[in-house]
This record gives sequence, C-alpha cells and structure tokens, in this order.
Amino acid sequence: MTASVSPPSVSRPRRGLREHPLTQLVKVRFLEFWREPEAVFWVFIFPILLAAGLGIAFRQRAPDVVKVGVLVSEPHAGALSDAIARDSRLDVLPLDDSAGMHALRTGRIALFVVPRAERTVEYRYDDTRPDARNARLLVDDAIQRAAGRSDVATVRERHVREPGARYIDFVVPGLLAMNLMGSGIWGVGFTIVESRRKKLLKRLIATPMSRAQFLASFILSRLAMLVLEVGAFLGFGILVFGVPARGSLGTLVLVALTSALAFSALGLLVASRVRTMEGASGLMNLVMLPMWIFSGVFFSASRFPDAAQPVIQALPLTAAADALRATLLEGASLSALAGELGILAAWLVGGFTAALALFRWR
Amino acid sequence: MGASVITAAPALAVRALHKRYSDVVAVGGLDLEVHPGECFGLLGPNGAGKTTTIEICEGLLTPDSGDVEVLGRRWSTDERELRQLLGIQLQETQLAEKLTVRETMGLFRSFYDRGREPEDVIALVQLEEKSRARVGSLSGGQKQRLALACALVGDPRLLFLDEPTTGLDPQARRQLWELIGELRAGGRTIVLTTHYMEEAERLCDRVAIIDHGRAIALGTPRELVETLGADHVVEFALGEVSSLSTDVLAALAGVRSVRGSDGSWALTVGELHVALPAILAEVERRGATLAELRTHSATLEDVFVSLTGRHLREGG
Repeated sequence: MTASVSPPSVSRPRRGLREHPLTQLVKVRFLEFWREPEAVFWVFIFPILLAAGLGIAFRQRAPDVVKVGVLVSEPHAGALSDAIARDSRLDVLPLDDSAGMHALRTGRIALFVVPRAERTVEYRYDDTRPDARNARLLVDDAIQRAAGRSDVATVRERHVREPGARYIDFVVPGLLAMNLMGSGIWGVGFTIVESRRKKLLKRLIATPMSRAQFLASFILSRLAMLVLEVGAFLGFGILVFGVPARGSLGTLVLVALTSALAFSALGLLVASRVRTMEGASGLMNLVMLPMWIFSGVFFSASRFPDAAQPVIQALPLTAAADALRATLLEGASLSALAGELGILAAWLVGGFTAALALFRWR
Repeated sequence: MGASVITAAPALAVRALHKRYSDVVAVGGLDLEVHPGECFGLLGPNGAGKTTTIEICEGLLTPDSGDVEVLGRRWSTDERELRQLLGIQLQETQLAEKLTVRETMGLFRSFYDRGREPEDVIALVQLEEKSRARVGSLSGGQKQRLALACALVGDPRLLFLDEPTTGLDPQARRQLWELIGELRAGGRTIVLTTHYMEEAERLCDRVAIIDHGRAIALGTPRELVETLGADHVVEFALGEVSSLSTDVLAALAGVRSVRGSDGSWALTVGELHVALPAILAEVERRGATLAELRTHSATLEDVFVSLTGRHLREGG
C-alpha cells in the first residue's frame, strides 16, 4: 500500500463565465425544456391553437338572424307570419303545437308565436334568455307596426365595430396571462418535484452548489423563455386577429416580466415540499383551478358577486390578465398599472420567501 | 497491520455516533477511524445503518449525538470548505435523463472551485464513446460509472461511495471494481459501504462489519478471516436425520467450530485434507447418506455468520 496522500491528477481552478455554476445551471434548464417535446407543445403551440379556436368561434359576423316559430293551425297565422317576415332580422318557421314547443325547448327557435284571435297573440319564450327576450322585442315590434302603430320619436343609428372591443381582443391578453401562469407553475414545479423524487436534489446539495443559484436558475431560464413565449403568442394575436397593441413595449415587457416572476415564485412554493408527481399535480391544479375560473381569462371577472371581488382582484392571474389587457387594449401607462404590478410583486416576494423557508432538498 | 501503520491525522473520525428514526435505532454508538490513503469499507446487511452512517459523514444527515470529524473539519462550522473537498456518490441517484454525459459532467464540474477536466474524468470511467449520449440511454453500469465520475470531477481528497455496485450485473460490477481499485492504487482515500463481501474483500484495506448500527468487527479482510481460526468452511447436508451431533463433529480432527442442526451443518476447519476425510468417515460410520457437500475458503461472509448467526444477504 503506497501512502501518497495527494493523488496524481491534473487539477485546475474553474475559469470563465462558461464554467460558472449559474451559467451551467441555466443551460441545463434550457436543454431539459427543449428536449421535452410535450413541454414545448404546451408552452408554445397549445396557447396559439386555443386562441385560434376562440378567434374562429367568436369571429365578427353579420348580425344574427333570429328564428321564431308561428303556430300554423290558427286562422290568423298567415297574416302574422307575413308581418314578422318583413323584418329581415327574423326568420319565421311555420310549426304545429307539439313541433313548436319541441323547437322552443331545444333552442332551435327563440320564441313561439301563437295567434289567439284577431289582434291577440301569445308569446311563448324563456324570459331568462337574452336571445329570447331580443326575439320578443323584434317580433312584437313587427306585429305592432303591421297592426298600425307608428313611432313618435325620430332616431338615428351609427354602428361602431372597432378592434379592441371584440371578444378575441378580450381573450388574447387573458390567454397570455394564463400561459404565463401555466409555464411558471408547471415548468418550475414539475422539474423540481421530479428532481426531488429522483434524489437529484439531494445529490446536488452534496456538492458545493449554491442553493440560491440553483433556485435562481429557474427564474433566469423562465425570463429568457418568456421573450419567446410572449413574442410567439402576441405576434400571432396581432398578425392574425389584429389584436391591438396600444401600450408601449417597455410597459408590456415589465408587466410580462413581473407576472412570470410571480408565477415562478408560486411554482417554487407549490413544489417546495411535495415528493411525488401525483401530489404535485393535485396541488398545482388546486392552486390554478380557482384562478382559471375566477380571474377573468375567458369572461370578465366583474360577473362574480361584489363580495368576492376583493379576493378575486388579489389573485395573481387577475392582476396579470387585467394589466396585460390594460396595456394592450387601452395603452395604459405604468402608473395606471401600479395596483396590478403591486399585487404581482407581493406574490413574487411572498411566494419566494415562503418557498425558501419551506423548501425540502431531499 | 496493513494501511493502519500510517500515523497521520485521520481522514475521517467518528466517535460514539447515535441516530434514531422514531422508534428505530439506525446507528447505536459507532466509532470509526479512516486513515489517509486507505480504502475503508462498511460491510453489513441491508438496514444495518451503513447508509445512515455514511450520510452523516457526508453532512447530509445530522446525528442525534456523537462526533464526526472529516479531514480535520466539522460540518457545523466548515460546511462550505468540506463540500469542496469531498466526492460523494449516493445510493440510487437518478441524474437528469435528458442531458448528455458531457453536459452532466460540465454541470458538476462548475460547482467546484478546483477540479479536473470533464473529458479527463469521462475517459477515466471509460465513457468516452458515450460522451454525447443522453444519460437516459445509458445502461445501469454506465450510469453508475457516470455517478462515480460526478464524484471525482471535483478532484476530492476524500471519496464516499454508498453501495457503488448494488443492482449491477457481474460484468458491470467487475468493471467498477477495477476503476475503484485504480483509484485506491492512486492513493485516494475512499470510504465505501457494501453488502457484498467479495466487494469488501477485493477493494478495501480495512473493513468494519456493521450490524444493527454498531461495528461488530474491524480489521483488514485477512485479519477478520483469521479471527475464525480456520481457513476453510465445509458445509454438508445429510439425506436423513441421524444421530450426528455438534459435539461429535467438533471432536473430529481439524474441525474448529460447528454450526447447524437437523442434518445440515457448517464447519470451519483448519486443514481441508485432514478434516474432510474425518467428516466423511464419521458419516459412513453412522450409515448416513450425504445429500450435499460444499467447501470454500473462509470469507468475510463466514465472519459475519460466525458473529451474528445470519447471512449478509438475508437483510437486517
């Protein structure tokens, strides 16, 4: 047994930015992301497909024609049908009683008109449905005019159809915010839980690696990814659907950045203790599901009761969606977005602090 | 007595180590001293407390009580410095599957202030051909060699290997033994745990046999086997139960100790050519038939059996 304590090996100091641990950690985050085709799909392709689908479903159309039924067996049905058909916004279907009621129940017609006698009609419709109430107004107007009523006030109409007020304009910033949330929470959370489950975290803390640099690498790689993610999605919305981008680029970048950081912090927090992928999945859905529903991605959050508004407004997704909408659609200034940015910053700081305190490395 | 002649300050000193998990005592009063330049083995069955012990030495677990000094430093005060000086291979770490061998080495190299070229270490563990292959595509033996490379890339003064060949096929195990043997020959201080007695015998300068969280024997493999006072083990089983007894067998020429009952026996013997004819004659004399007969040179396994009455592989 030779007792040479220093083994013969060529040891040298670490050198250059390329060998810096933070560079290596961020590089590894990138490589792992790009080599996971599913992750690339969910982050880049899926949101664009979703926006395209919604854009087609809610595209700009000529005003809808409303279908109404008239009970044919009654003596005055013919004259009544002619009177209604004079309004081009209404389409009349002659139906017998049972067919008419069936069409009404299944939503094929919005209103069923039953002539009772000369100058007496009965309207059958669901008064809680906006399109049915609309049909009732149009049909009633047509019937009353045919019966000789004349308008007393003079009105003029001007139609305003502008980009920015359409559903697609509303939904694109919302989807962008939702995407930032998804890639922040899933992207950060799953990688960490997977590393913990495989005992890779434990292996890493057995090296001199700085734990702060390890966590920072997730944030830094998210930021770099953010440029591509926001660019691809917004580029699609702007070019294909003509979604307006009225705010400054600087404001947009700041809002997107703050949102992404806040959601990454939330991802770290969610992943701070869980050991299994099932547990992580459940917890992530628990965190995200309320925001999908309440945060006004697909419809305005103001539809929920006033009592719930303080809570809804404090959710990071609400803040992110509102801030993105305000800058894209209204060209809001930074000072006008101070409230939303404040909420996001609070989630960022709070989430990070809690994650660092709770984090389990093995 | 082999490597223990060296009188330098110990590379690792463990005194009165205790660690319990709720109601299970994992380590119950363990003392160890590892000298610079030696390969030291913790040999014991699964659940003996080897991993708990080595992870306390690695600073990954904190003991309930006791004293651990690594390279003259303590985890409580010198963690940053110690991390730079140690190379660690854990049991069952799965490295990132999407990264290549070279990328993994680059990552681990970046954590150390001083270290070796990633390419050199890849060559050392004979993975040059797999340098650009994803970790996920490697075989079990290749993954284990990569894990060893990750432990070596910081050019450690002390190397901890926890069950380095568990779960490998015999060929991959031999390949890893050669690698560890080269490291040992290069004078690197190594502490390893294993439940394979061949591994301990082949690789280690000194071995501590661990059972129920305590070191029950300590010495070079040669010394430990010599404590049996015999060079060979004869195991045999009789076709039917006979009147053969422990006392009768122990009295035979060349037999040092006897264990067994119900017609199945294990005898340690000094000289095979003396003991074996005597045993066979005795069987013949009693009119019994021999169902099985095996002999082998005494090993650490036999030391463990003689100390605990159990086999290493039976688990703990």
